[in-house]
Amino acid sequence: MPFTAKSGKFNASINTLTIGTGDKAITLGGENVLPFYTFDAPIENAPKVGIEITDGGMENEPECIQKCYEGCTTVVDMAKAAAAMEGVEFLSLRLEGGDPNGLNKSTEELVQIVKDVAAAVDLPLVVCGCKNVEKDAELLSKAAEALDGRNALLLAAKEENYKTVGAAAGLAYKQVVGAESSVDINLAKQLNVLLSQLGVNGQSIAMNIGTASAGYGFEYVISTMDRIKAAALSQNDATLQMPIITPVASEVWGVKEAVASEADMPEWGPAEERGIDMEIETAAADLVSGSNAVILRHPASVVTISKLIKELV
Amino acid sequence: MALKGLDIFKLSPKKNCKECGSPTCMAFSMKVAQGAVSIDACPYFSEDAKAAMSEATAPPMKTIKVGTGESEYTLGGETVLFRHEKTFVSKTRYAVAVCSCMDDAEIDAKLAAIPAVDYDRISERMFVEMIYVNYSADASTEKYVELVKKAAGLNRVLILGCEDPEAAKAALAVCKDSKPVLNGATPANYEAMNAVAAEAGVVLGVIGANNDELFDNVAALEKLGNKNMLINACTDSVKSAFATAVQFRKAAIKDSNRTCGYPSIVNVAKLAKGDAHMQAALASVFTMKYGSIVVMEQMGYAEALPLYGMRQNLFTDPQKPMKVEPGIYPINGGDENSICLTTVDFALTYFVVSGELERSGVPCNLIINDAGGLSVLTSWAAGKFSSSSIAKFFQEQEIEGKIKCRKLCIPGKVAVLKGELEAKMPGWEIIVAPREAVQLVKFLKDMQ
Ligand code: SF4
Repeated sequence: MPFTAKSGKFNASINTLTIGTGDKAITLGGENVLPFYTFDAPIENAPKVGIEITDGGMENEPECIQKCYEGCTTVVDMAKAAAAMEGVEFLSLRLEGGDPNGLNKSTEELVQIVKDVAAAVDLPLVVCGCKNVEKDAELLSKAAEALDGRNALLLAAKEENYKTVGAAAGLAYKQVVGAESSVDINLAKQLNVLLSQLGVNGQSIAMNIGTASAGYGFEYVISTMDRIKAAALSQNDATLQMPIITPVASEVWGVKEAVASEADMPEWGPAEERGIDMEIETAAADLVSGSNAVILRHPASVVTISKLIKELV
Repeated sequence: MALKGLDIFKLSPKKNCKECGSPTCMAFSMKVAQGAVSIDACPYFSEDAKAAMSEATAPPMKTIKVGTGESEYTLGGETVLFRHEKTFVSKTRYAVAVCSCMDDAEIDAKLAAIPAVDYDRISERMFVEMIYVNYSADASTEKYVELVKKAAGLNRVLILGCEDPEAAKAALAVCKDSKPVLNGATPANYEAMNAVAAEAGVVLGVIGANNDELFDNVAALEKLGNKNMLINACTDSVKSAFATAVQFRKAAIKDSNRTCGYPSIVNVAKLAKGDAHMQAALASVFTMKYGSIVVMEQMGYAEALPLYGMRQNLFTDPQKPMKVEPGIYPINGGDENSICLTTVDFALTYFVVSGELERSGVPCNLIINDAGGLSVLTSWAAGKFSSSSIAKFFQEQEIEGKIKCRKLCIPGKVAVLKGELEAKMPGWEIIVAPREAVQLVKFLKDMQ
């Protein structure tokens, strides 16, 4: 008697969403099963892997990542190098320097970097803000304008600034709008609804439902994604059918397990390996929970995670 | 799967004699179905009826115990697919693999590395709980037995990866009292292996080339009377390993397919031989998706720190927040003259704050209050993190006797407490710290 399993295929599916243009464009979502449940039905579009650089360029990177960009002097150099790395399907540019409590770089200066990077690479682009909601409203709106025609993802509109970001990215320049909430299914849903009421097409929204590093309250990420996928697929909730993109890098490269030097923690061993494994294990858990795309920083993590996706799909 | 009241009533004696304390058998059956009373309250239920009921009410996934004493672990017994439905009960356990095909130097190095990872995280000891001892037909049985003895010296649960009944018998002769797992019942050898496992009284690991073969093999062993088993996720590809882990768990829980209801072993050492990064990725995947035991080629701090943290998160009670022990936590060599910072005992807050304080390099004392394991604002709103509770906590812990410095930083989110605290804690200078932990590094450095 062979093993018989009931199919877990749903009638509803996750939206398909394309980022970028031309040959290099990527498509997220489209599946009508839980993450990697290929035994229930084929996965329409394999999850995608992106690499992140910041406007701070080389100085901003941990030592181990600087090594991977040897010879680069500008952010544009780094963007070109990143785009050529194995497994990289899209490029994410984080405009960290815009933070008013940090370097407080001007919007003009940062948007110029966005333009330069866009001119140098033909990969799909994701532009992340500096986490200050007022500054991001301005930064991301201007970035949306500067990237007109590139079908880029602006990450992200939040409850506090969705009107400005949504209007510029979603309405004026027809880019893909990132909707960022903080690990709660109701907040994720609410923001999607608000963006739709503003007139943004639900089909051009990607969600960042919030993220955490492994060990740092990751259970909230797991349960939020589990519940979102359940609502989207089994209850056909159209306000939660947007693909999920998770910026793993910006979280994991801040926790002490990844950044403490070997001199400070001799028994822990080399920092680079710790950083890579923190990034890999967090990303793998995000993917099996429901991320349709992950953003990573270390080229070795990108290689492993894209291999993992290939083997699972 | 729970029985309905009506199903129980059908099996009841139908005497309506009230001895159970219920007016009728029907009323009694309803109460049993709700779990309000035990079936034993009625003296007249036949043994057959009770047996039929215990079969029908048995949990969908068996609970299997391995190891002894302090190294005894419970595997399986899960009742749901997602943690928000109900707490996952049996944590994934990690094993490092050694093989009799390795030379002595390699074996010694592998075994020596196992105890190296051993640390505490939120009152939980993190270490490699199991050793997978693989038998290679290319080496002698004597060599295998010697390896088993050596591995047993580390006091971990052993998993004997061995498909040769004779070699398995010889290995069990030297370790069966520690309740290892005998992992190696294939469709070709299952009868012999079943006899060896039964004689030694150990759990048997079942193998199949694919899900169909695995299922049939489990069914065949159940027919022989064995219910003390683990199933092996297929090892021909990552995709099929994932299929076993997910589909068997789902079939057991959703479709009450008891033959699928055994805890699982996932051998990522085999799935990604020689690729440590891939094994780290797979260990994470199979911790999330239903591996009861995950076998790896190595477990250093790089793999362990995120993995054990992830496991700790995954297996928490979704209703209950994780807490750390209240008290004084000196950071960066903080002593009695170092500045104090106080916050709540919510584990996430503790980790984020202590991480940032460490990054600052400034010696300080982090004083964790008893705030019911809630975050700063939630505990403040619930009255569990107030000026009175902080002042009381400082008194109970006799902090003034332990620390001479009288500078105390409070979270920016509860800046409103400053005035009250100054009144309640005379002699202390109360300083309002930033609202977000990430700003602590700059804050502390600027203050110096
Ligand atoms: S004691 Fe048993 S037989 Fe008597 S009423 Fe209760 S259930 Fe019925």
